[in-house]
Amino acid sequence: MARIIVVTSGKGGVGKTTTSAAIAMGLAKRGHKTAVIDFDVGLRNLDLIMGCERRVVYDFINVINEEASLNQALIKDKRCNQLYILPASQTRDKDALTLEGVGKVLDELSKTFKYIVCDSPAGIEKGAHLAMYYADDAFVVTNPEVASVRDSDRMLGILSSKSRRAEQGKDPIKEYLLLSRYSPKRVNLGEMLSVDDVQEILSLHLLGVIPESQSVLNASNSGTPVILDEQSDAGKAYNDIVARYLGEDVPHRFINEEKKGLFSKLFGSK
Amino acid sequence: MSSNPHNATSQRPVLELKSSSFTVPLLVLNKYDLHLISDQLAFKVQQAPEFFKNSPLIIDLNILVKTTTDLDLKALFDIVRKHKFIPVGIRGGKPEHNTAANELGIPVQSTTQTNRPAPKPQKIETTPVAEQQSDNEKNQTKIITHPIRSGQRVYAHGDLIVLSQVSAGSEIMAEGNIHVYGTLRGRALAGVQGNSGSRIFCSNLQAELVSIDGIYKINDDLNDISPGKPVQLFLKEQNLVIEYL
Ligand SMILES: Nc1ncnc2c1ncn2[C@@H]1O[C@H](COP(=O)(O)OP(=O)(O)OP(=O)(O)O)[C@@H](O)[C@H]1O
Ligand SMILES: [Mg+2]
Repeated sequence: MARIIVVTSGKGGVGKTTTSAAIAMGLAKRGHKTAVIDFDVGLRNLDLIMGCERRVVYDFINVINEEASLNQALIKDKRCNQLYILPASQTRDKDALTLEGVGKVLDELSKTFKYIVCDSPAGIEKGAHLAMYYADDAFVVTNPEVASVRDSDRMLGILSSKSRRAEQGKDPIKEYLLLSRYSPKRVNLGEMLSVDDVQEILSLHLLGVIPESQSVLNASNSGTPVILDEQSDAGKAYNDIVARYLGEDVPHRFINEEKKGLFSKLFGSK
Repeated sequence: MSSNPHNATSQRPVLELKSSSFTVPLLVLNKYDLHLISDQLAFKVQQAPEFFKNSPLIIDLNILVKTTTDLDLKALFDIVRKHKFIPVGIRGGKPEHNTAANELGIPVQSTTQTNRPAPKPQKIETTPVAEQQSDNEKNQTKIITHPIRSGQRVYAHGDLIVLSQVSAGSEIMAEGNIHVYGTLRGRALAGVQGNSGSRIFCSNLQAELVSIDGIYKINDDLNDISPGKPVQLFLKEQNLVIEYL
């Protein structure tokens, strides 16, 4: 049985797709067979970030409509043979996704995969609902600002009441906080909420803080999940997150402003 | 296809009439001065524009009718509408006011508790919160152990005890008392079926709105309360009183 992870947020543009790509790659690299599904029908972003946009033949909707088999639609990652991508359709409209159809695809994937990562679209409408409905775990991606925190809170309410687990009276979805685009410097200047501020409002299990980082932009421009850039701060942060999710005890970092050493003070290096 | 409205036996009916109850703000007028009313209403709205926007409103004429004989109800309704309220009733007026209101399409509400048409709600439609016990048991205490998130509503027919936080943008309601042991940031309404003796107990009051039996305070009224200090709220002579515990 696979474990189904939804990467969700409510608010748009907070880093869901970046996170989905990174953690799917991170889990696969550790030897777990992982599929990552793009639920953002009409936009199709995940395949760009994964760098497989020119290999898309069939998509998620084709599989739901039985126009293609799952094996035909799944794209095997070239860098890691444990990772598969199920792209969204760019041409269909959102109504093509149905609760039943999504359930069928997830059931079939569950037979052979260890983890299924669902990249949710923004909002709390149908697409986001379908992405979270079957989930076992939820990665709630939040930026350190009030609107994003509020939307995450709302999404948490929906997770706890409108999922399959809630409807069947099973154990609730496990909820994790991923605080992304965090800048300790701006927190200190009072321009951003701190980890503690966010936790005060959400009281969630913190899986990790991802710093605001140029490396994310570079990675998505080159179609490489940022977790593969092992030297970058964001890459390290996502590696930590995957490790913590798998039960390793890794101390948190990127929360406090880095003290510049004497060397960098003298020579002004970054 | 038959035109019999009952023929769709296998389907849900297109409509259902359900009893329900709402908390509607009451505008009690003490003086018949249309300009002053407009000004003071504008001031109130300015304090919480989003909260009041398109809010229903019942106008209480009880005091006015003792001092004023010719009330221009239409002008009153126009004023409240100008401030983006939706008048949904008057109460406390004389028979001629009731007739005038009805002609303007505004219903007349009764003032006395006993006459109040207070149908017991069968079931309040909410973003359901996973519940630990049946919702229908009257006077049962409902205990919630997980956070109540933005967008969620919880209704208890008896007392409501929340052991976790109540987020901004959520709403908890009880026919009896409310206890919140986490931070209360959302709305809390106790005694919603007309129980003026109910109380709210709260270990950290930062609510958007608190109300007992329809008498409420909004967040702006709570500025003097130190966050993090346990309080209780109750009604004293029609006033909502907040006391540190
Ligand atoms: N840690 C980060 N540092 C800097 N930029 C980031 C970071 N995370 C994401 N971004 C940038 O933010 C933008 C939005 O990211 P992404 O597409 O992952 O968000 P999303 O939540 O999936 O958006 P949508 O709601 O539109 O699906 C992108 O330009 C991405 O490069
Ligand atoms: Mg996205």
